Amino acid sequence: MDQKPLKKIDIIFGWDERCTPIQVVEKTIKKTPENIILDMIDSGLKGRGGAGFPTGLKWKFTRNEESEVKYVICNADEGEPGTFKDREILDKVPEKIFAGMTICGYVIGAREGYIYVRGEYNFMLKTLQQKIDIFNQQLHDMKVDFHVYLRSGSGAYVCGEESALFESMEGKRGEPRNKPPYPTVAGYNNKPTVINNVETLVYTSEICRMGPEQFKALGTNDSRGSKVFSVSGDTPIAGIYELELGMPLRDFVDEFGDGDTKAIQVGGASGHCVPRKKFNDTIIGFEGIPTGGSMMIFNSSRSMYNVLHDYLEFFTEESCGQCTPCRIGCQQLLKGIEAVKKGERPPTYLDDLKRLTATMKIAAKCGLGQSVANPFTSIVDNFREEIIY
Amino acid sequence: MSKYMVNLKINNTPIQVEEGTTILEAAKLLNFRIPTLCNHPDLSVAGNCRVCVVEVKGARLLAASCATPVSEGMEVNTNSEKVRIARKHVIELLLSEHNVDCTKCFKNGHCELQELASEYRFGDHIFIDLVKDRDKVRDISSPSISRDASKCIRCQRCVRTCDELQSVSALAVVNKGDHQYITTFLNKPLNDVVCTNCGQCINRCPTGALYERNYIEDVWQAIYDPNKFVVVETAPATRVALGEDLGIETGVRVTGKMVSALRKIGFNKVLDTDFTADLTIMEEGTELLTRLKKALVDKDETVKLPLMTSCSPGWVKYQEHMYPELIDNLSSCKSPQQMFGALAKTYYADKINIKAENMVVVSIMPCTAKKFECNRPEMRDSGFKDVDYVLTTRELAMMIKQAGIEFDKLEDESYDSILGESTGAGVIFGTTGGVMEAALRTAYEIITGNEVPFTNLNIKPVRGMEGVKEASIKIKNTKPEWNFLEGVELNVAVAHGLANAKQLMDAVKSGKSNYHFIEVMGCPGGCIGGGGQPIPTSAEIRKRRAEAIYAEDMGKTIRKSHENPEVIEVYKEYLSQPLGHKSHELLHTHYKVRKRY
Repeated sequence: MDQKPLKKIDIIFGWDERCTPIQVVEKTIKKTPENIILDMIDSGLKGRGGAGFPTGLKWKFTRNEESEVKYVICNADEGEPGTFKDREILDKVPEKIFAGMTICGYVIGAREGYIYVRGEYNFMLKTLQQKIDIFNQQLHDMKVDFHVYLRSGSGAYVCGEESALFESMEGKRGEPRNKPPYPTVAGYNNKPTVINNVETLVYTSEICRMGPEQFKALGTNDSRGSKVFSVSGDTPIAGIYELELGMPLRDFVDEFGDGDTKAIQVGGASGHCVPRKKFNDTIIGFEGIPTGGSMMIFNSSRSMYNVLHDYLEFFTEESCGQCTPCRIGCQQLLKGIEAVKKGERPPTYLDDLKRLTATMKIAAKCGLGQSVANPFTSIVDNFREEIIY
Repeated sequence: MSKYMVNLKINNTPIQVEEGTTILEAAKLLNFRIPTLCNHPDLSVAGNCRVCVVEVKGARLLAASCATPVSEGMEVNTNSEKVRIARKHVIELLLSEHNVDCTKCFKNGHCELQELASEYRFGDHIFIDLVKDRDKVRDISSPSISRDASKCIRCQRCVRTCDELQSVSALAVVNKGDHQYITTFLNKPLNDVVCTNCGQCINRCPTGALYERNYIEDVWQAIYDPNKFVVVETAPATRVALGEDLGIETGVRVTGKMVSALRKIGFNKVLDTDFTADLTIMEEGTELLTRLKKALVDKDETVKLPLMTSCSPGWVKYQEHMYPELIDNLSSCKSPQQMFGALAKTYYADKINIKAENMVVVSIMPCTAKKFECNRPEMRDSGFKDVDYVLTTRELAMMIKQAGIEFDKLEDESYDSILGESTGAGVIFGTTGGVMEAALRTAYEIITGNEVPFTNLNIKPVRGMEGVKEASIKIKNTKPEWNFLEGVELNVAVAHGLANAKQLMDAVKSGKSNYHFIEVMGCPGGCIGGGGQPIPTSAEIRKRRAEAIYAEDMGKTIRKSHENPEVIEVYKEYLSQPLGHKSHELLHTHYKVRKRY
């Protein structure tokens, strides 16, 4: 299997004085949009929010849509439990985000870009706005017809789902839409829209700065480049780390674990739980377990029942509530494991619930309901006895 | 514009459909039924119940067939193993959140969830019951609409109805996740919010979460009481829809059978609201002409034009909440139902020698707002509550069933007299544009002495299901006393459904409109699509009911309100003249400014 050893990288937070973000913009928009798209596709960059859609294609599709008005949106509604890397990027290198948005705007033909920041990060808004004002002024001086705006969310996890985010921006209830149409065709205000994660946009500006070769030299065939990880839980060195993609989980545990690691929840509450016995043959990347960056480490003092219970409580509360599989499914899963724990239902009831998650995975309206199956099955399959007894 | 055609296969059967068609619609063309709950032909697509999911070859996810457009080469399976399991799960999940007391439910037998449950027969229901006792509280604050949140499946059909069709938004979604539910502003009782009582939400609620406040038992009590003289009046639109709830095809008129059934149930007199519809035309038509005269001849700037109809109590309450600045434009005429009640307990009671206090007036209406209307404090001009009970068409069908009457075998019977005779003009009150047409037939003739210049008196421009209709009639060859109207172009507009009414009202408010007379019916299609009519409803069903109404009109020998012999008699014996002293006392009312919240 194509894999890379664990290696720390310094692209995202690095600062090149000779080529600052605004200079990257200046340099890049001398190229044709088509060439920039080719660079993006060539780099192999996939969305860093978790779903992993190829960024170059997303830009290309949106560029190909005919519309007077288009939008670039930066998804900074970082709500996945265990992830906190976008906050650091917004704090430390926001200019790189603005640059990525501007380049995207140039490519697809958008004049407006919005950063949708999660409600809990409102304390940053003031400083962020100051930096945006400076950047907008620089764009204006360079006669670049693009403007960055800031929007604040109101604290619902589901608003990180792109179509729910659009609804929220439009002043409606933050509920996911039916797809198709996809955002590239009808996004914010039903106009063609590119919506990218904070980190993805930073990588796009970095790829423009250093060229696609340097980026794609990192990582594996399916997972090019590096990624920022939010490491938390039972680790002596919790924090934010940019690592090359494609490492085996074993390497990760050796670096970050406390010597007693029992399981790692890869990709936050909606991700997969990997038990110790699978550390060796699990790759962190799109060929193995993809992640939006959240890595929660659990040692043997942790009850996996409690972990799952917490996740299910979270989903029960954070489901938008509109679709049946998610709204009621989450409640049934939560009540179900409680009933098994109390002995009110037989252990085999867990198998009924697993079948329910299989339905949720294919029948829920959006990624929220669809992904509840991930933690549920991976924890129940690997720690069944902890759930029952 | 020609659309692209798309080729696809559903359950291995090829079909070609227009681009933009949904999988659900395409499957229907092939006679594959896919169950739905949140989908309704009158509303926007929600795609949230997920009961209509189907498998599309090559796709990771099941597709909600109501929300997914077809694409070239698509291969759809509507009954694969995955689909069946998912569908069963979805129904079971909904049942786990639903207060399953079906046998006690008012919608028992008319519930779409119950239907699905009976198709799938969940013998060993696996999921945990999520309904808490504290959720089993009903809101019966409104005299029109009752709400039982424990029956709600969150399909949001009511929310979309109230917003998209009615522009009222009395019901909305609050909270998220397991706390998400449908409620009113600040959880206030339904009677204390902007709800117009139109009942359109009831017509579209798939379960027993919304239903009419029912008065069947009260009516039976009155019928059984030997001291009570129970008079029943029937609205125009009931006779073209009642059959639907009694096994008769949509669009079939059952006037005679309905009269017969009412007698068999035990009502002492079976009379017709159509009669007071004709009377309304006399009063409202005269009011229009009076206002026109004041405006055009007396140059009275305080007179409010356009005059707006006031027959539809849902519309009236909407106006009171939403456009209080325009309430003086509303005709002061009571609705036909209330005119009937006021006359029944005065003139009619005297005539048949019954004490008004012993008389009970029951009205059969296609409407839930009428229940609210009869309870308005203003509606007691006879000295008693003018109309005691209002039953919907659906409630009447229930009474007929309870009484053991085999409806389809009944012989036609005629209404009692007096207050039972009506004209074609009274009948068409039941559909959108009808009041306008009836008023024009009479007003034009009063002014000119000639019939309205339309073939067979059929004023086509105000007919049909377009949301807002406009027409202009040039008045020619007036009688001397109306010569100020010579050459005047009478501009009228008709709206049905409150969202359409809103458009008209905004136009009036902006001062850009030049209408003299506006008819508004609160419900889509007018009364034939009323909130008390048999369920289901759709554009097609409403169209067929409307056709039946116009057929009834054509079948009448007298088709102009002012020629109704009983109306003439009532004026001669009692009221003397339209807008006369007695009329003002009994047939006219006033309105109340209401807040939005």
